[in-house]
Amino acid sequence: MRGMSSRASALVAAAAILVTACSTTGTPAGGGAVDQGKPFVFASTQFSPVTEQENMRKKILAAYQGASVDFITDQSAVILNRISAEAKAGGEQQIGLVGIENGEFAALVAAGAFDDITKIADKHKDQKIPQDMLTLGKVGGSAQVYIPWMQATYFMVASKQALQYLPTGADVNALTYTQLVAWAKNITDKTGQKKFGFPLATDGLIHRLIQGYFYPSYTGGLVTTYKSADAVTMWNDMKELWKYSNPQSTTYSKLSEPLQSGEIWLGIDHVARLIDVLKAKPDDFVAVPAPAGPKGRYYMSVVIGLGVPKSSPNKAGAEALIDHLLKPETQILTLRENSFFPVVSVTMPSDLNKGLQLEADAVAKQASAKDAKVVPLPVGLGAKGGEFNKAITDTFVRIVLKNEAVPTVLDEQGAIIQKIMTDGSVKCWGPDGSSSGPCQVK
Amino acid sequence: MRTRTEQFLPFALLLPSIGFLSLLIVIPMVQALLLAVMAEGGGFTLENFQRMVADVNFSDAWRNTLLLLILIVPLQIVLALAMALLINSRFRGHGLFLYIYAIPLAISDLAAGILWLAVFTERGYLNSTLQSAGVIDQPILFLSFDNLAGILTAIVIAEAWRATAIVLVILIAGLQLIPRDYFEAADLFGANRLRRTVHVVLPLLRPSLQSALIIRTIFAFQTFAVVFALAGRNMPVLAGEAYTWYATNRNEHVAAAYAVLLLGLTIVATVVYLRVLGLREAEVQR
Repeated sequence: MRGMSSRASALVAAAAILVTACSTTGTPAGGGAVDQGKPFVFASTQFSPVTEQENMRKKILAAYQGASVDFITDQSAVILNRISAEAKAGGEQQIGLVGIENGEFAALVAAGAFDDITKIADKHKDQKIPQDMLTLGKVGGSAQVYIPWMQATYFMVASKQALQYLPTGADVNALTYTQLVAWAKNITDKTGQKKFGFPLATDGLIHRLIQGYFYPSYTGGLVTTYKSADAVTMWNDMKELWKYSNPQSTTYSKLSEPLQSGEIWLGIDHVARLIDVLKAKPDDFVAVPAPAGPKGRYYMSVVIGLGVPKSSPNKAGAEALIDHLLKPETQILTLRENSFFPVVSVTMPSDLNKGLQLEADAVAKQASAKDAKVVPLPVGLGAKGGEFNKAITDTFVRIVLKNEAVPTVLDEQGAIIQKIMTDGSVKCWGPDGSSSGPCQVK
Repeated sequence: MRTRTEQFLPFALLLPSIGFLSLLIVIPMVQALLLAVMAEGGGFTLENFQRMVADVNFSDAWRNTLLLLILIVPLQIVLALAMALLINSRFRGHGLFLYIYAIPLAISDLAAGILWLAVFTERGYLNSTLQSAGVIDQPILFLSFDNLAGILTAIVIAEAWRATAIVLVILIAGLQLIPRDYFEAADLFGANRLRRTVHVVLPLLRPSLQSALIIRTIFAFQTFAVVFALAGRNMPVLAGEAYTWYATNRNEHVAAAYAVLLLGLTIVATVVYLRVLGLREAEVQR
């Protein structure tokens, strides 16, 4: 037994050396008031692609001079489970700082997992983080649960080869969904190929497109307009669009790959899932705002926030890391390396990579379009977020892929969504406005 | 007369593996069973199983899992048997074959799936080879969502490539256990190669075939990474649903219900194999 435990501790020691060796980030500055202290883990649901992780560890964290930090990332559920497990265990744990999506905070906040970091937020006042983002960071309460770290959105990318098939009168920078369908149809009619792509693989983000783009643009809502006549129109348009979409879309988890190989010419996806093709072939593609529906050009804003768990082993270290991540130069580095946009006020450098410049322009055009309306990721669903996404995606699969009758599917899936809203007493958010009780499917 | 120590020695020797099995298998299994029958707020319920059965993907997942099982397992057993017999015939360079056959064993499921996706996708290796050879003008959409046969074929090929070697290794071990005397006796009676294989090798290989079948069937029930890569959302399978309910939909109770279903199926399959292929006392003595 003693042999076992000494071997185990040797292993732990070896692992600790490895971790420290991998995560030591530069030599500490001499004479600074920088906190050293206990090493801690920075856990995030973002940057899961290996290259992004490496960028984070080797570049974005390189100039940080504080206690040793181990950046970890994984599938959202894995990271969130670990955060909540450490919160449940209480005392002093390993995770010192978390960087997760706005919508992922709610359940953890309800479990009392985070410190109030109003003081840290006040310290960064002069960096001009938008006030509505800071308010989001209070997650419906009065305490500052998280400080915005970076932001992202979804937009459309089109191959220049497709531009010649644009329907007459359509402006590629101000498309409507009707024009998009006509465009995709035109391509199929002229070339015989189906060139629109949906991110429909099991880890694709189709649910976000439905929640933040299709539904609100057609119906002005999501839950409260789920079964409306406008929704039926939207689904019929989607069925029409599917006719001109690459039938291999069900294997697409990020659209940059089929765009780059030429399997598709058009698609809407998350910036991080489009940037590879823009960086690789900036001269062959255009990045444009998402289309508009009858109710406006709705787009989704993804805010990633930084929160300090109550069980953080090194709170001063966490604060030092937040300070580092919010520095304008770190924010621009994060944009350069991992394509997420700054939340603090920065002057954009003129030497931005061509692909990044395309992305930045598209995001700016989308946000400043005169019919633009922004919605957040679903709020307040907590652990039920996954099931809500499934209910939405299943609606798409049943109506569009399996060709089931629209009203039947909306009734059946609507009942599932209502149960999620009622069981979790989830109030309406974003496009649906607000409600006093659970949001009602209509 | 046995001493006390001798009586207890076997049990003492078994203790480490019992400890190991309970820690890593029995306890998690009981936990999964409990998760499957517990409601989210606590208390026992069958709701998780009802949700599983009522889910859009359940009947498809059930059909696809069985379909893949029926297509993959017999194919792999036949392929592995042929390969094992080939290697066992000890021709020159047979060792090299074993190494080549075993390469896919070192590759993870998902990596194998992505590798075959690169082969079968619209602009993949297969289509570009066929196009450059002038066989086809336009790429063929093997993995189109409405081309179930194409997707199934791709998955069966990928799985056969990836996991036949496991069966092969078991069968080769089994072949090498067969005493040479039997072959000499068969030769003495003038049996040709085919008769020798059918009447001597196959019956004596039965225990190995049995383990290979059991292991392969359990793996077939667990298949999902290759399916995810090649078919994406198109082809739900039971193990994939368990994973999705846990990791994506974040409901560990329904995920556990799927796991319990898979456990039940695996036990049934194992019992069937043990019964059908089981060694009977008389045969061993014959």
